[in-house]
Amino acid sequence: MDSELKREVILDNYNNPYHKGLKNEKDYKKANTNNESCIDDIDIELKIENGIIKDANFDGEACAISTSATSIFLRKIIGKSVNEVKKLIENYENLINEKEYDEELLGELMAYDTIYMQPNRKHCALLPVDTIKKILKEE
Amino acid sequence: MHREDFPILKNDLIYFDNGATTLKPKCVIEAMNDYYYNYGANIHRGDYKISHKASEEYELVRDKVKEFINARNAKEIVFTSGATDALNKIVFGFMKDYLHESDEVLITKSEHASNVLPWFELKKLNNIKINYIPLNENHELTLENLEKSITKNTKVISIASVTNVVGDVRDIASISKIAHQHNIILVVDGSQSVPHMKTDVIKDDIDFLIFAGHKMLGPTGVGVLYAKEEYLEKTYPIEFGGGMNQYFEETGEVEYKSIPTRFEAGTPPIAEVIGLGAAIDYLQSIGMDNINKYEQELKKYLVSKLEKNKKVILYNKSSESGILAFNLEGIFSQDTAIYLDHYNICVRAGNHCAKILKNEINIKNTCRISLYFYNTKEEIDKLVEVLENSDDLFKVIL
Repeated sequence: MDSELKREVILDNYNNPYHKGLKNEKDYKKANTNNESCIDDIDIELKIENGIIKDANFDGEACAISTSATSIFLRKIIGKSVNEVKKLIENYENLINEKEYDEELLGELMAYDTIYMQPNRKHCALLPVDTIKKILKEE
Repeated sequence: MHREDFPILKNDLIYFDNGATTLKPKCVIEAMNDYYYNYGANIHRGDYKISHKASEEYELVRDKVKEFINARNAKEIVFTSGATDALNKIVFGFMKDYLHESDEVLITKSEHASNVLPWFELKKLNNIKINYIPLNENHELTLENLEKSITKNTKVISIASVTNVVGDVRDIASISKIAHQHNIILVVDGSQSVPHMKTDVIKDDIDFLIFAGHKMLGPTGVGVLYAKEEYLEKTYPIEFGGGMNQYFEETGEVEYKSIPTRFEAGTPPIAEVIGLGAAIDYLQSIGMDNINKYEQELKKYLVSKLEKNKKVILYNKSSESGILAFNLEGIFSQDTAIYLDHYNICVRAGNHCAKILKNEINIKNTCRISLYFYNTKEEIDKLVEVLENSDDLFKVIL
């Protein structure tokens, strides 16, 4: 992905995020970012049935990187099994932390492949996965 | 003013986050180095020369602080680890015994966490009430609203003299007059005022005052608790150990030292206190009135320039301190701060530890510019230019 395209992907997802707005229904599990190192404040809710992510939404106020990453991530995980999501998270974390990752699997998330060059922004990019991990801990 | 005294300013840096902490002049760093290089002993162990020297230098700073805030007596000055520590010492060392069920403490929604959370904790312990003095349309405290908030149960008013986001300069002399007419104790958080203007605890008749060393050119890890002698005498220490006891027996019998040593348990931040002393000397040599006048001029200049930018929303342009909270229209504050950082301009984004202010200004996060005397109009011009050209903000940060 060239830098122009990356920026476009991030900004599209920031300005018009997918799955924004919580349903707050009882079969959804919710977690807050509670990020200690920044001011982003995002809630994510997942509807999980038989180990499959049936629906995913978020709401809150956050920077361009956190918001866009959350939008892309939620779009990607709907319809996937919990194990597939865990694998995706692992690959994404590796991408952000400059370790080995599967480019095929990450797709649009490759827009964040140069975040490591701005160390103070890594936590922004990792915000959605930190929150999703909180929800999946019990799965 | 005096930029040449700050080694860090030799790097291409525009530092507008003085409300969080200030840069350090060479004389402060050197005073601390001098202690570590030449007489780095513990205090109050005066049997050898360098310890005697360390004790003397340490106590000399107490006198300097006393002069700086015009206290009656140096024993009214307690060195703490910071402003937070000082407020906790007041709340849990004095107020815990002084306040009882249904007694009311008045604060405002623009207070820093350090002047909110200790009161919340005391509420849990003693079942006191915490009430908020309503702020006016500019999010400022008025004497009228203060008077209206006082009831027969009001025992304490605890407020900042200058708040850290709104930056309103509060009329402490009039507030203390009102407080004392109603037998109310006044606690003043001077963290954002003491570094920027003349402080006079006698003229303003302040009962308790706290402030941090690092926000006034001093090192981190040291702050000051001032209390009128009558109150400090009634304050119980909340930390116990070496240096603060007169004697103790195996039976548990113990006697603590007199004020202020009673509140300085353990080895205190000696180098930091000495650094704070150098900062006070330095500030005095420039003159607090000169600093205040210059900062007000800078603030007016900043507001007049930023007002011309239609994309900039200003939240507190009327306040008289060097603090300005703003946002770029439609941009999350952290993205703005990161954009400015690309031009080596340091501002703070977030809620600035004033987390209940959001209910007041209806906005959670802002960027904050907080000025000090080493800032210049040229630096402001650079900021204005960068914000003017912010249409390509995401091109810069992404």
